[in-house]
Amino acid sequence: MSSAPEKQDTTARQDSPRKPLLSVRDLEVQFRTDHGPATAVGGVNFELYSGEMLGLVGESGSGKTVTALSVMRLIPDPPGKITGGKVLFEDIDLLQLTYSQMRRIRGKKIAMIFQEPMTALNPVFSIGMQVMETVRTHEKVTRKEAFERAVDMLTAVGIPDARKRMGDYPHQFSGGMRQRVMIALALVCHPQILVADEPTTALDVTTQAQIMDLMIELNQKREAAAILLITHDLAVVAETCQRVIVMYGGRVQESGTTEHIFNSPRHPYTQGLLRSLPGPHQKPKSRLNAIAGNVPSILDMPTGCRFCTRCPDVMDRCHREEPPLHALANGQLVRCHLLEEEAT
Amino acid sequence: MEPLLEIRNLSVRFPVWGGVLRHKVGEVRAVDDITLTVHRGETLGLVGESGCGKTTTAKAICNLLSEMSPGVIQTGQILFYTKKGPVDILAQNRRDMRPLRAQIQMIFQDPYSSLNPRMTIGSTIERPLILHTRLSVKDRRRRVSELLDRVGLPPEYSNRYPHEFSGGQRQRIGIARALAVEPELIVADEPVSALDVSVQSQVINLLQDLQNEFGLTYVFVAHDLSVVHHISDRIAVMYLGNLVELGQSSQVYHDPLHPYSQALLSAVPQPIPGGNRHRRVKLQGEIPSPLDKPTGCSFHPRCPIAQPDCSVNVPPLEKKETGQLVACPYSSLVAKSAVGDSNKTPS
Ligand SMILES: Nc1ncnc2c1ncn2[C@@H]1O[C@H](COP(=O)(O)OP(=O)(O)OP(=O)(O)O)[C@@H](O)[C@H]1O
Ligand SMILES: Nc1ncnc2c1ncn2[C@@H]1O[C@H](COP(=O)(O)OP(=O)(O)OP(=O)(O)O)[C@@H](O)[C@H]1O
Ligand code: SF4
Ligand SMILES: [Mg+2]
Ligand SMILES: [Mg+2]
Repeated sequence: MSSAPEKQDTTARQDSPRKPLLSVRDLEVQFRTDHGPATAVGGVNFELYSGEMLGLVGESGSGKTVTALSVMRLIPDPPGKITGGKVLFEDIDLLQLTYSQMRRIRGKKIAMIFQEPMTALNPVFSIGMQVMETVRTHEKVTRKEAFERAVDMLTAVGIPDARKRMGDYPHQFSGGMRQRVMIALALVCHPQILVADEPTTALDVTTQAQIMDLMIELNQKREAAAILLITHDLAVVAETCQRVIVMYGGRVQESGTTEHIFNSPRHPYTQGLLRSLPGPHQKPKSRLNAIAGNVPSILDMPTGCRFCTRCPDVMDRCHREEPPLHALANGQLVRCHLLEEEAT
Repeated sequence: MEPLLEIRNLSVRFPVWGGVLRHKVGEVRAVDDITLTVHRGETLGLVGESGCGKTTTAKAICNLLSEMSPGVIQTGQILFYTKKGPVDILAQNRRDMRPLRAQIQMIFQDPYSSLNPRMTIGSTIERPLILHTRLSVKDRRRRVSELLDRVGLPPEYSNRYPHEFSGGQRQRIGIARALAVEPELIVADEPVSALDVSVQSQVINLLQDLQNEFGLTYVFVAHDLSVVHHISDRIAVMYLGNLVELGQSSQVYHDPLHPYSQALLSAVPQPIPGGNRHRRVKLQGEIPSPLDKPTGCSFHPRCPIAQPDCSVNVPPLEKKETGQLVACPYSSLVAKSAVGDSNKTPS
């Protein structure tokens, strides 16, 4: 189940030859199932640069969370296993670290906001206690210092009267406030990388807007030097990210700048996805464009292109041969045979 | 336009129990004096922040609250226009409700928990036919096949169980079940929220096709406002249990008049690089608890144009020049600047 050798991600900042903060190379993750091993993620490549917000979008089940958990080394093993690839951070491969070495990086240098916020906050400890504990796990500080750090961070994420609310328990906070506490927990040790997995999906639009504003502000103030934002909400990504990665069937199918992906998507899946959104291009009450068919299960992935069972442009070859990521002149990477000629 | 459903002064209150003796310590006013009419054959979109009372309104229309939430207090009327004239749904007892249940069906948000995992999808769809019709076994089987075919699933699937289906397919099964007894009104509570974008449009198309074919009427609850705008003829905006704005879909979406609707619509992210973040109306503060609703206009603590008397007087719904009903006497104070065209075509 190995994939063709991958070209490196060339989309980012050709003007500044900066080194990426994080680079994921040929990541492959398998899960043991009743029907044998299933590859949830294969051939995932991307780089995350300092100061940027990178969007990771894609179908439910396409491997976004698995990718994020791999970076954190939090894939539940068993049933999961990282079976290939590298995750390079500060010239070291995180996948080679021992668990205790990784524990020092996790939460301190790379932090994550999880998809289910309720499971990440402990209902029996006060909000303040939980933020203080995170500081004390990673830094040698007194109780008093940890307390002040927690108050400052909760204030920074917009909890009014944070000092007075340190003793409150999670159930005393609204959904939006709990989400802010999650962000405070992730940021209190000033990580260089924040991985945010669907941080606003459970929230309504007004709260979502507040949380996204907060993340952008923190990104600009360099509280978190780089953010990997995972979501299936394309509009949120369009509004906040500089670059976008699109996943389908456990693969990166397309990546590029937000402008390129939204204004000139080249992969048939990305095109179908953007066309199926209701919006100014679709008359109200008209039939929406849709991608026909269903997402294949990871146990039953088509050979060849992962999208071939639903692709409107499918060719014979697509059923046999999986396309590599083709690099276009503008830096966009597209995993589709149609782009072969155009690829540089 | 012929009314199909008329909600008159509907209020729904849930008791809150507390203390060691579990006595009533308060009340959630989930729906607070709502009046609105749904016309035959239209789609009415229902939107608003989390907890504003959308699901409660939807359940009240289907008369599901008294069964699901003991102690609930419902006042007002919900008139449903049957062939024999209007009947008040809330005044029906269980037995009288039966024939009405067939005409009003609900589609639920969660395609995972709303189907019984131990029942084949064939039996799931057949159940309302057993309850509400006198069809023979053979006719019921035929109808199940027809329905599956109609929602785009192979009839052979009727022997399978829910776990064998994807979210989008399960939502189609839920739709087939709702259609089984040929209802007139379908109340859909967030029917596409749990689905991927690529599947969402399939389900929306199906709902629209069925409406055209059978003249169905929809009450459509969703938090994705671009979806609501696409599918609805009219949109109703709720805030903390109150109806704050009601009007033609494109009017409310492009030119909302109530300050809350304006803030809500300006927060809708747009799939355009850069989006419309700069045009967003920022609301101060958190949504207040419905246990302790603000006096006067319930929006006043967060309202950018609040006037001194807003904390005293409950503003009634008034018809504005543009035809919308708006519960704010000061809506003309909002400069047309900020949100005016935030949801219009970019170019
Ligand atoms: N613990 C597990 N055991 C078995 N399979 C798993 C496990 N966790 C994930 N998978 C499988 O891996 C694939 C990728 O899942 P992942 O959670 O990364 O998807 P996702 O893109 O985050 O989707 P969503 O948008 O629904 O969160 C899925 O097919 C999923 O079923
Ligand atoms: N059975 C119940 N007992 C007590 N309070 C309830 C009950 N059901 C709903 N409520 C409360 O009534 C209010 C309205 O809830 P409702 O579910 O109608 O909101 P909603 O608009 O559907 O929100 P969402 O968008 O989150 O689904 C909320 O404050 C909720 O907590
Ligand atoms: S490779 Fe073939 S099937 Fe895959 S997206 Fe391109 S045209 Fe479609
Ligand atoms: Mg996920
Ligand atoms: Mg609801």
